[in-house]
Amino acid sequence: MGSIQLKSVRKAFGAVSVINGVDLDIKNGEFAVFVGPSGCGKSTLLRLIAGLEDVTSGQILIDGQDATDIGPSKRGLAMVFQSYALYPHMSVRGNIAFALKMAGEKADVIERKVSKAAATLNLTDYLDRKPRQLSGGQRQRVAIGRAIVREPKAFLFDEPLSNLDASLRVQMRVEIGELHNDLKTTMIYVTHDQVEAMTMADKIVVLDRGSVAQVGTPLELYNRPNGLFVAGFIGSPKMNFIGGAPAAKRGAATIGIRPEHVAISTTDGEWPATVRLAEHLGSDTFVHAEGDGLGPLTLRLEGEAPLKPDQRIFVTPREANLHKFDKDGRRID
Amino acid sequence: MATQQTSAAARVLVAPSVVLLFLWMIVPLAMTLYFSSLRYSLLDAENIGFVGLQNYTAFLSDPDFTSALLNTLILVGSVLAISVGGGILVALLMDQPVFGQNALRLMVIAPFFVMPTVSALVWKNLLMNPDSGLFAWIARSFGLEPVVWFTNYPMLSVIIVVSWEWLPFASLILLTALQSLDEEQKEAAQLDGAGPFSYFFYIVLPHIARAITVVILIETIFLLSVFAEIYVTTGGGPGVATTNIPFLVYKEALLNFDVGSASAGGIVAVVLANIVAIFLMRIVGRNLEG
Repeated sequence: MGSIQLKSVRKAFGAVSVINGVDLDIKNGEFAVFVGPSGCGKSTLLRLIAGLEDVTSGQILIDGQDATDIGPSKRGLAMVFQSYALYPHMSVRGNIAFALKMAGEKADVIERKVSKAAATLNLTDYLDRKPRQLSGGQRQRVAIGRAIVREPKAFLFDEPLSNLDASLRVQMRVEIGELHNDLKTTMIYVTHDQVEAMTMADKIVVLDRGSVAQVGTPLELYNRPNGLFVAGFIGSPKMNFIGGAPAAKRGAATIGIRPEHVAISTTDGEWPATVRLAEHLGSDTFVHAEGDGLGPLTLRLEGEAPLKPDQRIFVTPREANLHKFDKDGRRID
Repeated sequence: MATQQTSAAARVLVAPSVVLLFLWMIVPLAMTLYFSSLRYSLLDAENIGFVGLQNYTAFLSDPDFTSALLNTLILVGSVLAISVGGGILVALLMDQPVFGQNALRLMVIAPFFVMPTVSALVWKNLLMNPDSGLFAWIARSFGLEPVVWFTNYPMLSVIIVVSWEWLPFASLILLTALQSLDEEQKEAAQLDGAGPFSYFFYIVLPHIARAITVVILIETIFLLSVFAEIYVTTGGGPGVATTNIPFLVYKEALLNFDVGSASAGGIVAVVLANIVAIFLMRIVGRNLEG
């Protein structure tokens, strides 16, 4: 079991309000990702759930029971820190066993659980090494191992991949995803990287300045963002926002169109534009263009598009994929 | 090629300072060794001559030497225990956020800046004096008999004075070590269910072990040669109760005017310091590796 509910949770540091009343329901076994720009309060929210910070007001329920005033070690949650926070003077074995030792488990039980966790994470050969003798990815796995042995109700990850290089990050992302499939334990994962959020999550919680902007599955957020903030945050490259006449024509203050949802022609189309730069990725081409009277546009074309800087093009949005927003930035259906 | 030339040039360039440092060390050592083999009393300066190891046998077989050796070890050991043990506690306290933190830290470190003679005099005349000292006044206001510190508990008194001087040093070094402890490790330990004592013994103590080693090594070097505090307070007495090896050497040289015996004592002190250093490096030195 491992359902987590937040009821109008607020957190203020002195006069500065960091979390402004968050209601959230994370079901047992769900992989929830908190995502948002830096300073949006996502890490604070995770620390509130972990019990490392006290809520200013509101309630945190774990498995339906009020855990607001329970200490961090008694909540039955395990956390993986951004810096891994491994104990440097202990071996990998010592690190993984520490929580069990603190819980007063017997030596043979500890040994069995540590071996099992090490086998799951391919750490068996490294059990007697010190953290400083490990690579970044191995340290990351030790940190996860330390969390696994406690058999927690939920795992909390605080930007765990941000210290890894790009290829390792992709690999660890897959490993964490597989781990979730194996363990079926609730996981809450904090990241500022919307790609991680989109690829891993069952449920994404987009946070904006201490409030929940939108909660939904990755595709719900992609297809039906409820406002300008979520629309701009989810998706890479970013959605193009266009105001003025083209928006007014469609009865909106702003319209948004994702770079991949346009048709490009060299002869005719709705928005004339000039190519500034074409990035050829092989599978895709990202075109940065300047729309006449529209400002910068980012366009994504499949395959290799033979476009060059200063070339004149015409961009036509696909009406079905157009997002409309009113003057307060809310979605219009 | 280039690196070879560079390293050859580097050797030539550092040579003058290496030579100077070598002479700086070797000349006094050689002279002390030379004097230690002479019959050389300032009271009988006409009669100087080579006596071989006689000064050493005389110095080492002197009953005062055994007690001085013991006193030295007691003094060093006690002050180390007090300053490291107390230093950890003070450092833990100073690591807590309090109002006026900087002023407080300055006050804690202050005794270290007081020169040994002055702090010894302060303790002797203002604090431990049985007639006019603060401790005597406190004792009397409770209707107790004042303690005559330097007469009845000479070694303990010297240990207190020297510990007072070295506690701030230990506290400061250990405080900086504590402050370098990663906050996330504390939180990880908290989540792992470590209470304050487990946290201290499993996380904090191993983290500051290296700093403790440094404190012990540095303090030992200085504590083996404590002199001013003894000279100012007890003068090595009563009897030889607070005479340590440096003080014994001083007595030989400048009270008995026996340069030969004092030089032998000096060499013995050097050997002793090296023995202590080897033991220390064996015991605590491995903390400095890695």
